Amino acid sequence: MNSKRTPLDLVRAEPEPAHTATFDGTQLAVLPGQTVAAALWSAGVTAWRTTRGTGEPRGVFCGIGVCFDCLVTVNGRPNQRACLVRAEPGDDIRTQHGTGHDDSAEGRGHES
Amino acid sequence: MSRNPYEASDVHDVHDVHDVHEDADGGAAGRSLAVIGAGPAGLAAALAAAVRGSRVTLIDAGTQAGGQFYRQPAEELGARRPQALHHQWRTWERLRDGLADQIATGRIIHLTDHHVWCVERLDEASGFLVHALRGPAQEDPSVVRADAVVLATGAYEKVLPFPGWTLPGVITAGGAQAMLKGGLVLQGRTAVVAGTGPLLLPVAAGLAAAGAEVAALVESAGAQDVARHARNLAAHPDKLVDGAGYVAELMRRRVRLKARHAVVAAHGDGVLEAVTVAALDRDGRVAPGSEQVIRCDTLAVGHGLLPHTDLAETIGCRLEGPAVAVDDEQRTDVHGVWAAGEATGVGGAALSLAEGHIAGCSAAARLAGREPDPRAWEEAAKSRARSREFIASLDAVFAPRAHWAEQVTDDTVVCRCEEVPASAIREAVGELGATDARTVKLLTRAGMGWCQGRMCGPAVAGLTGCEPVPSRRPFARPVPLGVLARAGEDLPDE
Ligand SMILES: Cc1cc2nc3c(=O)[nH]c(=O)nc-3n(C[C@H](O)[C@@H](O)[C@H](O)COP(=O)(O)OP(=O)(O)OC[C@H]3O[C@@H](n4cnc5c(N)ncnc54)[C@H](O)[C@@H]3O)c2cc1C
Ligand code: FES
Repeated sequence: MNSKRTPLDLVRAEPEPAHTATFDGTQLAVLPGQTVAAALWSAGVTAWRTTRGTGEPRGVFCGIGVCFDCLVTVNGRPNQRACLVRAEPGDDIRTQHGTGHDDSAEGRGHES
Repeated sequence: MSRNPYEASDVHDVHDVHDVHEDADGGAAGRSLAVIGAGPAGLAAALAAAVRGSRVTLIDAGTQAGGQFYRQPAEELGARRPQALHHQWRTWERLRDGLADQIATGRIIHLTDHHVWCVERLDEASGFLVHALRGPAQEDPSVVRADAVVLATGAYEKVLPFPGWTLPGVITAGGAQAMLKGGLVLQGRTAVVAGTGPLLLPVAAGLAAAGAEVAALVESAGAQDVARHARNLAAHPDKLVDGAGYVAELMRRRVRLKARHAVVAAHGDGVLEAVTVAALDRDGRVAPGSEQVIRCDTLAVGHGLLPHTDLAETIGCRLEGPAVAVDDEQRTDVHGVWAAGEATGVGGAALSLAEGHIAGCSAAARLAGREPDPRAWEEAAKSRARSREFIASLDAVFAPRAHWAEQVTDDTVVCRCEEVPASAIREAVGELGATDARTVKLLTRAGMGWCQGRMCGPAVAGLTGCEPVPSRRPFARPVPLGVLARAGEDLPDE
């Protein structure tokens, strides 16, 4: 059935076993080799940043590292382009609010 | 069978990959060429030059060769049939195997995950320093010295704004393709593919093949536009068949083709839920009352491609319109710098391969101190001429529609990075008297954010009526200050 087909089926992928990272504290299964953006898409997440001005959600836009819309915080480092950076086992991936630098100052980003 | 209007229909350009001895300039081995970009153009250039005796360093930001057209899934994903997402797979196999051979013989060094931020020209004798950043955070500096440089940096997608285009779920058409080919992922289940240009066809076909329901392919050009240029298009029957093949595939998958239509708004609460599609009249204006809402969770949208010229600009190469200007040998006006592929004008993979091949042949000869003989790349030159002619006719058909700006509401964000609304840009021209794009930028901050105006440049130009100007970005990539401070002291890698 077309509706059940996935890209992995299409190319007959036999990926290496998934590893685990976390997204905002929740476990995330990641196929080895996938970027942070691909891993988040696989989990149904399409937004992982809020803008500095109006706090609007954003995710992938250009997909190739040009637009900087997909910025994300990985292991405490803000402003990583999710479409370029590979997700590694144990990565702590977090929604980036604003510039990503002012979380504590503004009391944001402290999801428990 | 080639079906993509962007694709290579002939592979002459890489035939000579295996003839290492035929044309190799034994004595001159040693002078080095840096090729930046490992897409079709850069691969063809690197192979042609290596076969002819140059020592080549192929430098690319990606973790694998292929560029946009031949983007490959990560090896760990274990794709047994990656060709299911590709066209012109045999050409890719030749390029890939040729590269492996040249790496094995030591003529090509392939540096992956190297983001070049600047190419520095030393004096005539010393050549160039290519400065790159490596690593997951792109903070580890790396420098390559070379006697000559080929810029094969490709293109990125142009998207003109419309209300709702910043919603997650809206993605560039090429971006959807890149995520699919590279990460083997789809964003949602139901997609609309919209905008204008031949890239929309493979994107819609790819999404449908991978399991997305493609609710509509919305193309602003109309059947009549194509007919008007039919005579020109008919001179390229192979390419017409390419396009026809995609259309047949999309029809088989029951994708609705809506020609002379446009997406005028995207809707959703924090995430895309639907788009409004409208019919266009002959002049490209929305036909009143024709609006129709289509539910979808993905909008893949594009209005053509723009050449990546930032590295060329850092070296001071002359541009012609939006592209790097080159001569018949693909030389830029800066001594020792060649450019090939979409950096010199957008025209698809076949043209990129031909240009890359010519650049590599020319650079190898000149590095060896010989005047190149253009007869050596006669076939590639013919292919280049044919492709350029064809592309000129496509450009006329797939121009972004007139009057798109009328649908841009005042509160539509135009500069995505700095969140500048259309009202601010209109005010800069209408009330503050700005008459050029640079002043608009200074008054509104449009184009001053992370992407340095790559995304909003064409929109600002279109909304203000100002000519788009070369951006004059100092660097091709954001550079950590620490790296900049040390750049002068770094010793080349090799
Ligand atoms: C996102 C996207 C997807 C596309 N998908 C398709 C498709 O599916 N089908 C199709 O027919 N056409 C597609 N195209 C059109 C595409 O541009 C092809 O025509 C073709 O790939 C062009 O070849 P090229 O060698 O000129 O450039 P590219 O293939 O774009 O290769 C350029 C290479 O240069 C590298 N690069 C650029 N700047 C730097 C830098 N500063 N440092 C290091 N490396 C750098 C890039 O990583 C890339 O690998 C796509 C275009 C885009 C932008
Ligand atoms: S999506 Fe554009 S930079 Fe990542």
